[in-house]
Parts: sequence; C-alpha cells; structure tokens
Amino acid sequence: MDVVLLSRLQFATATMFHFLFVPFTLGLSILVAYMETRYVKTGDELYLQMTKFWGKLFLINFALGVVTGITLEFQFGTNWSRYSAFVGDIFGSLLAIEATTSFFLESTLIGVWIFGWKKLSKKAHAAVMWLVAFASTFSAVWILIANAWMQNPVGYTIRGGRAELVDFTAALMQKWAILKFVHTVSAAYVLSAFFVMGVSAYHLLKKQKIEFFTRSFRIALVFGLIFSLVVVIIGDLNGVVVAEKQPTKLAAMESLWETTDRAPVYLFSVPDEENERNKIEIGAMPGILSFLVKHDFNATVQGLKDFPREDRPPVFLTSFAFKGMVGLGFYFILATSIGIIRRNRLVDSPKYLKLMLLSIPLPYIACELGWIVTEVGRQPWIVYGLMRTSDAVSPIATSQVLTTLIAFIVVYGLLGVAGFYLIAKNALKGPELTAGN
Amino acid sequence: MVLQTIWFFLWGLLWAVFFMTDGFDFGIGTLYPFLGKTDQDKRMMINALGPLWDGNEVWLITAGGVTFAAFPLVYSVMFSSLYSALMLILFALILRGVSFEFRGKVDHPRWRKIWDTCIFIGSFVPALLFGVAFANIFRGIPIDHNGIYHGTLFTLLNPYGLLGGILFVLLFMNHGALWLSIRSEGALHERAVSTANKLWPVLLGVAVVFLIASKFATRLYDNYVEHPSFFVVILMTVLALLGIRFFLTRKNFFKAWFASALTIVGATFFGVIGLYPNLFPSSLNPRYNLTAHNASSSPLTLKIMLVVVILFIPVVIGYQVWAYHLFKDKVTEADLARDEAY
Repeated sequence: MDVVLLSRLQFATATMFHFLFVPFTLGLSILVAYMETRYVKTGDELYLQMTKFWGKLFLINFALGVVTGITLEFQFGTNWSRYSAFVGDIFGSLLAIEATTSFFLESTLIGVWIFGWKKLSKKAHAAVMWLVAFASTFSAVWILIANAWMQNPVGYTIRGGRAELVDFTAALMQKWAILKFVHTVSAAYVLSAFFVMGVSAYHLLKKQKIEFFTRSFRIALVFGLIFSLVVVIIGDLNGVVVAEKQPTKLAAMESLWETTDRAPVYLFSVPDEENERNKIEIGAMPGILSFLVKHDFNATVQGLKDFPREDRPPVFLTSFAFKGMVGLGFYFILATSIGIIRRNRLVDSPKYLKLMLLSIPLPYIACELGWIVTEVGRQPWIVYGLMRTSDAVSPIATSQVLTTLIAFIVVYGLLGVAGFYLIAKNALKGPELTAGN
Repeated sequence: MVLQTIWFFLWGLLWAVFFMTDGFDFGIGTLYPFLGKTDQDKRMMINALGPLWDGNEVWLITAGGVTFAAFPLVYSVMFSSLYSALMLILFALILRGVSFEFRGKVDHPRWRKIWDTCIFIGSFVPALLFGVAFANIFRGIPIDHNGIYHGTLFTLLNPYGLLGGILFVLLFMNHGALWLSIRSEGALHERAVSTANKLWPVLLGVAVVFLIASKFATRLYDNYVEHPSFFVVILMTVLALLGIRFFLTRKNFFKAWFASALTIVGATFFGVIGLYPNLFPSSLNPRYNLTAHNASSSPLTLKIMLVVVILFIPVVIGYQVWAYHLFKDKVTEADLARDEAY
C-alpha cells in the first residue's frame, strides 16, 4: 500500500467516525432547545425532564464529535500538505472563519449550558442552548462551503503554483454550497429525529413513561417528516448541479457507461468496471435520468466511456452508495408519514414502534453513504478538475501513515464501543422522573 | 508587507492565548493523579475546569486554522514534518476530552480508573510536546528547500527541545495549581496552594536556564540585540513570574493566576519576537526558512481574515470572559452532588 491509499483510508476513517456523532448533535441541539423553551413557557416539569434526558445523550455525542473534529482540521496539514499549500488561501480561510465565528461560540456556551443551570435564569439558560444549536449549524455552513469548493472550485486564479482567492463571494454563495448545506444539515436533522423516535419507541413498547415518550416521539416526528422531505427534494436539485459540473460522478452514481439520449435510471444495477458495462441491469426506466438532471426526457447524458479511465471515480462504490442513500431517503419519508397517521395511537401500534426502533441505524448509514457518494465520486480529484488526490499527499514515510492509521482504528474502535455503550445505556435506562409522572 | 507582519504577530498571539487558557487545564490534568487523593478530589479537579476547557481548546483550532489561512506553506510544512509529535498530541487531546464526559457516567472503579489515566496522559503529553515542538521551532527544524523533513520524532527530543518541554509542563502545572487554588476548597485547596508554592522556585530555575540556553541553542536574541527595546518583553515576563510568588504569598490566588497567565503569554512572545520574520526556520540552511513574507497567503485573503478576526475575536473574548466570570467561584460539594456535574 502506498502513502496515498493509506492517507485516504485514514481520512475516511477519521471523517466517517466523526460523522457518526456530528449529525446527532446538529439535530438534537435544536430539539433540546425546543424542549427547554417549552419548559420555560409552560412551566411543565415534564419538558424539563425531557430536556435533561435528551440533553445527556446530546452531551455524550457532543464530546465525541468535538474531539474527533480536531484531528480532521490538522490532518490536512499532516497528511495532505501539498493540498494545503495549494489551496490554503481559500480552503484554509474557510476553516479559520468556522473556528472564529462558530466553533468558539458552540464550545464556550456548551460549558455554560452544562454547568449553568443554577447560575442563569431559566430564560437565559434556554437561550444558551439555542445559541449552541445556531452555532453548530452555522459551523456546518463553513465546513460545507469549504467542501463545496473542493467539488466545484470557483472564485480563484492560479498564481505562483497555487490557487489564490480572487472572489470571496463567489466561493461563499455558489449554488453547490447552498444545496450541499441544506441537504447535509437536513439529513442530520432526520438522523436525530429517528434516534429520538427509535428510543421513544423502545420505551413505548415497554409501556413505560408513556406521556414522556409520546411527547418526545411527536416532536421528533414532525421534525423528521419535514426534513425527510427537504433532504430528498434538495438531493434531487443537487443531482442537477452534479450533472452539470461533475459529469463523471453523475455517470458513476447511475452506472451509465454510454452517452445516450433518453438516459435511464436503473432500479438495480451492478457495474463491471473491467469491461466497462453493467453485469446486471434491472428495472430500466428510460428517459428518467435525462429528466431528473436536465428536465427533459430526451436530453443527452454523458456516460463514463466519454472519459479516460484515469479520470473516472470508482464506479461500483459510488453507484451502490448512491442507490442505498436514495432508497433510504424515500424510506424515511414513508416511515414518518405512517407516523403522522398513527400519531394519536402510538402506544397501540407495536408493529410501527418496532419498525422505528429498528430504524435507528438507517439514517446513520444513509449519512455515511452520502459522504461516500460525494467524496469517492469526486475521485481521482481532490479538487475537482484542478488537483489530483495522488498529487496532494504529504512527503512522509509510508510507515508513519500506517502507524497512525492503525492507531486511529484502535483508538476510534475503543472510543466507539465506549461511546455507544454509554449512549445505549442512558437511552435504555430512561429518564429519572419525579413524582406525578 | 505590513499585513504579513500583522499576521505574524496575530499568529503568535493566538498560540499564546491557547497556552494561557488551555494551559491550566493541561496543568490540572497533569497534577490530577498527584493531588486527587479521593474520588471527591478528582471530581472537584475536573469540575474546576469543566465549564471552560472546551472553549479553551478552540484557541488551538483557531491557531491551527489561522496558520492554514494566513501561512498555508507553514501549515503544510510544519504539520507534515512534525507528523508524529502532532499525532501524539491529537490522540492525547481526544482521550482527554472524552474522559471528562465519560468518567462519571458509569459508577464502577475500573471504568473511572481508565479515564483517570487518560486524563493524565491527555494533559501531560500535549503540555510536554507543545513545549518540545516550539523549542525546536525556535532552534530550527531540519527541512530542505522543498520543505521535506530530514529527521524523526527523536530528532526533536534534543536537550534544548526537552528543556522547552519541561518548561511548558512546569508553566502549565503552576498555572493549573493556581486555578485549582481559586476553584477548590478544603484539603484539596490546601494541597493546590502548597503545590503552587513548591513548583514556583523550580519553574523560576528552569525559566532562567531556558533563557540562557536560548543564547546558545538559538538565534532568538539577534532581534533583541538589533532592537534592544524588545528586551522589555523579557523583563515584563520575568516581572510577571515574580508576581506569581508575590501574590501567592499574599493568598491572592486570582492575581497570582493572572500573573501566571501573563508569564505564559510573555514566554511565548519571547520566542515569537526572536523568531521574526521566521515562522518555521530551517536548521539546514537559513535560505530554506519559511517566513512571514515567503509563506503567506495572498493579500486579499490576509485582508479578509483580518476583518474577520477584528470583528469576531473581541466578541469571543467578551463571551469567554463572561463564562470565566460565571464560573470563578469555588466548586462546592453541593455542586458535585448535582447530576449535571462531571
């Protein structure tokens, strides 16, 4: 194995692990802030208990999200130093702005929230959580603008062997960044909603703390339904810009080899990269891909064979991740829609509750698949069309990267076990309720 | 040119503030196995830094981010050449962060023991290695004209590098003992005060040795000789260091802690001023030095970032001061009884 592959595996390990916790934090901060606000407004103790119970789970995730985020920022320097030198002018400033404007606020105020129950007024304490929620989402804005720039570099010029900023607004306001932000953050909100619904379902199935978990379920249900719809709609718009700017990624997502009019979408297909065809094609729907990405059933869509092999992303992984993500996306709409119908008789719908309990891991999988589509689909480029991933790595020894990759796997593996053990333990134990509930 | 110089000193300032704030967290974590005799002591120590450590750590993220944004070449060469040291620091910081959150969540001695060990490692290792790394930067790093590092992790562990590591550990332990003196009560408070008292002469001794060793191991004094007025910074730092003792004997712990904070900022700036305009000097050939002038971003990026920093850093300082003010009182047993405490 070479430094490039090892560094990619390391970055993938670190990001994918990080993204097990971040989406939960993004969504749950809003739900917890909402619950606390209900408490402040109504004085209903049950809302306070909800705030504390879900807040505790939020904090375990938050800690894991924060510590695993730090390594990501520094890995650009340690493992991708040529990339860093090439794009620091633009990419580096976006990360620095994120830290200055968002991460500071989030991290400082989370401490105030945890320890400030008796030091602040009820209103101020709830406001602190809203600020944490705002700062988390605002932090995602910057990170996703930075990632969007890697997908579709704009507002730069090549000078002295590096990309220099010439138009900051172009990088900030590009369509890609806006769509990516809405899509990613909505997916995160869906994940947190499914977590709350799943854990609530567990307790409702056991018929314990019924009022507490019915309320929690319903709050998450509305949140989940709204953002399940948003994530799919925006995902569809995302496809249009991918088709326009990254034709190789689009062709890989749909495993489309030949450039064709009335390009089809396959319900299921298995690409054969060696022979540049699909081994299996099931359920072809002619013209649908053309319509989805060009809004015209007869439009031409470029196939992979139009591009030299060395410019194509791994087709198998990209297309499977894409199909999996899309399938799950529709499932989330379905599952939340059933929930809306059943919302007044949740306790009497054990089958639905079981389904929702078993659905907890699905949005996690969907989020990870989404990142695989984005990042693997962009290959062989680190900055699309501008810099190849193989040109971006640090001039360091293979043994160094191998050592740290193993360290990442071991440390993150252990942390993952400890973290999910704590999350499960606290989630299943349920809230400690005061008398009357 | 002016922009690059401004950014050079802002870069130094961000690192200094990181050491000043997270420094006492590292210090408390390093003292943790020695001062935390009982579980109650340990929890008091963690809760003394509990509300603040996370916000403090962001100064590191910002210092790193600003290095990336303002001096991309330094970011790229510094972190790839200090690869092993930086990775060790990052893993240590991961362990430290989760330990605070995880430790109290399961009531079992073995579980707590695991995280107790991680708190110590996660605090001591960064304290030591940041010192080693910065002393080596003061001294020069074996990088060639392509910014490729010719050495290993052990190259950094030279006598001057290790001396820098020891200095940082002592600075942070002293800083931590003082913060603990402010925020603890009872026997732990007494132990914290006596630790600060005992550490101070050692710190003073090591600081003096470091100042002398810098004359032989580095070229930091060249800038001072050229502009003698800069010696004021060294003088102020020494005064701040003496101030720690002055306030400590008067049992004014907050002022002693503040003097310690100034000492840490001063110590950082002693090096930063001496380095100027070098951000990452080469020990192989001065022509390979990465400087504020040959490693910076474009003027446009430097300008945009300056605006961001001028607008937001004062706001950050504002709410962090508020948070410190909120949690300046002693951690009491009643505080520890609350379920939200660590």
